Amino acid sequence: MTFELFLLQLMTGIALGAVYALLAIGLSLIFGMLTVVNFAHGAFFMVGAFFGVYAMGLTGSFWFSLVLVPIATGALGLVCERFLVRPLYGRGIDYPLLLTFGLSYVLIEAMRIIFGIEGLPTSTPAELKGSVNLGFGYFPLYRLFLIAATAVIVLGLWLFIEKTRYGLIIRAGSRDPEIVKVLGIDISKVWLLVFGIGTAIAGLSGLLAAPTRAVNPEMGIPILAESFVVTVVGGMGSLPGAVIAGLLVGIVFAMTSLFAPEYAEMSIFVLMAVVLLIRPQGFFGKAGLMS
Amino acid sequence: MTLSTTTFNANRRAIIVGGAAVAVAPALLGVARAQSSTIKIGFPVPLTGAFSAEAQDQVRAAEIAIKEFNESGGFNGMKAELLVRDDKLNPGEAATRTLELIEKDKVNFVVGSLSAATQLSINAVCRDRKIIFNSISQSDAINEAKDWSLYTFHEALNPHLTAGAVARYAFPKFGKKIVYLTADYAYGHEMVRGFQRAGQALGAQTLADIRHPLGAADYSAFLPRIQSLKPDVLVLCNFGRDLVNAAKQVTDFGLKANTKVIAPVLLYTARQAGGADAFEGILGGTSYYWGMEDKIPAAKAFNDKFRKAYGGSVPSDYGALGYAGVRSVLQAVRDAKSVDSVKVSIALRQLRYNWYKGEQFYRKCDHQSIQSVVIVESKSKNMKDKYDVFNVLSVEAPDEKNLRSCEEMGHKIST
Repeated sequence: MTFELFLLQLMTGIALGAVYALLAIGLSLIFGMLTVVNFAHGAFFMVGAFFGVYAMGLTGSFWFSLVLVPIATGALGLVCERFLVRPLYGRGIDYPLLLTFGLSYVLIEAMRIIFGIEGLPTSTPAELKGSVNLGFGYFPLYRLFLIAATAVIVLGLWLFIEKTRYGLIIRAGSRDPEIVKVLGIDISKVWLLVFGIGTAIAGLSGLLAAPTRAVNPEMGIPILAESFVVTVVGGMGSLPGAVIAGLLVGIVFAMTSLFAPEYAEMSIFVLMAVVLLIRPQGFFGKAGLMS
Repeated sequence: MTLSTTTFNANRRAIIVGGAAVAVAPALLGVARAQSSTIKIGFPVPLTGAFSAEAQDQVRAAEIAIKEFNESGGFNGMKAELLVRDDKLNPGEAATRTLELIEKDKVNFVVGSLSAATQLSINAVCRDRKIIFNSISQSDAINEAKDWSLYTFHEALNPHLTAGAVARYAFPKFGKKIVYLTADYAYGHEMVRGFQRAGQALGAQTLADIRHPLGAADYSAFLPRIQSLKPDVLVLCNFGRDLVNAAKQVTDFGLKANTKVIAPVLLYTARQAGGADAFEGILGGTSYYWGMEDKIPAAKAFNDKFRKAYGGSVPSDYGALGYAGVRSVLQAVRDAKSVDSVKVSIALRQLRYNWYKGEQFYRKCDHQSIQSVVIVESKSKNMKDKYDVFNVLSVEAPDEKNLRSCEEMGHKIST
């Protein structure tokens, strides 16, 4: 094995991790604010891929889909929060968990009815086809774009939460919803918005992942499990945790694939087990959130 | 302590014996009932899961065989009926559904399956209950002596034959240094064995056989290593969505520039799902491609029936197997003038048929359908319409020599 191969494998891992990180951010955001474990997150990822690829078929523009998808899945998320999740607040963590679990099956079945069980064919947008020489080997341009897009989304979200007035309210709401209410802020609107942002990012990551894999109604199921691993490793409710753990999981998967492909799938769960044993709340998690 | 356990066991045995008697009673009555007005064919296929597109097409084509049989008068006043069940691509589920079909729905025959693993579990259930099972999915194991019975038939190609045909075509043309990317289950392993066996005679050399879990969505982590091995040929020994995903990512990583990518089985449905770009230039084997209709009249006749029934669309390879699997069994019922398992089995063994792709028959010792293998290459240019996806490069004529011998399969008697 050469050093070039190692670097190339590292890039592959980062590109994989980018998708995990994006999904985990949404999961973490929703959990950290609403203490809702969103089992429908994988389904929103899948719905985003379907919307985006279908729109791409009509308009021929990937970039148009890139704008449309977060709006559409975000809107879907808003509706779900308002009419399905909201009545369950204050009833314990398992109620919304079961609800979103059921919701994921409804969404999968809906896509099967609308688009058929085969899914949609996808291709890489023409502008991003081909591969680039990184000095140590050729790497697909689209996967570089995927890494860059993730960086932009993460940065945008960070600026929104850390530097804007709305972000301040969100942060305050996650620390102490009671006080925020006393200050005269309608906390339910904040929760609505957070759920919408979370699902918008999930949909967007579905679209971003679509050209690299097949779009079908079940595509969100395995990646949801992997995203939960990322969220647990990074710490439930922590955004930096989601990003770092996402990349780490991607890299661990890629490196295990290189040396022992048979154990690649298992390696990320081993990582999770080790992290849970040493640091049960994850890298950046606050202890006691689940209780 | 020991004593009480013994008593408990004795009681339990009594309950099991009693329960078995109760379970058998309706089964015996059922034989009389099955003689009634319909010939029921159970059809367990994976309508959900990674191979759902192929399974759906199997059902559609099988329905044509049923309709054809009924419209041409059925048999002895009996009409045929297809009982479709979803086996969810899970061997346990497949066994349960098949058991239900036999015990509860009283089917006369079982045709179906789409996975190397589920067909073995369906076969085991059918064999024990002396019900004919005509498998329409690839497998080497199903007609080896240890799994086979008088009631086991195999309509589909098998990995040994398909992989062999592709290897005989591709290795001499594209080179001898081979890397396999293999789905880690029976189908993948059998395909690799098929290639390696045929490859040995051709002087091919395996650089690596990389295993991935069934249903993996991402293959990128395997690709840099494959790239660095610089193989002449990369063989994708996976199926359905796995093949689509792998082909797509192999294309993205630019592996096609220096390596010929081939698949043992290149399916019409997989090509439609993956799109022209991902599959461009990929070569593989298949049991059937509708475009053979220029040369084969039976293919034209079958395609036309399918087009008429399904709004102009064309049948896929696995779909065609669904049609042939059901049609063979129904023809054998007419030949045997009976729905009795043994009589129909004997009629099937005598059958020489040409339903859709040319002459075929079931080899006497293992009931493998002897048939041609089609080598196709995916097109990305000059496509006449959305159905026009492959070029037929070559057709390997049906020949028993390309199969493993009866002795090798463990069958003592070759007639």
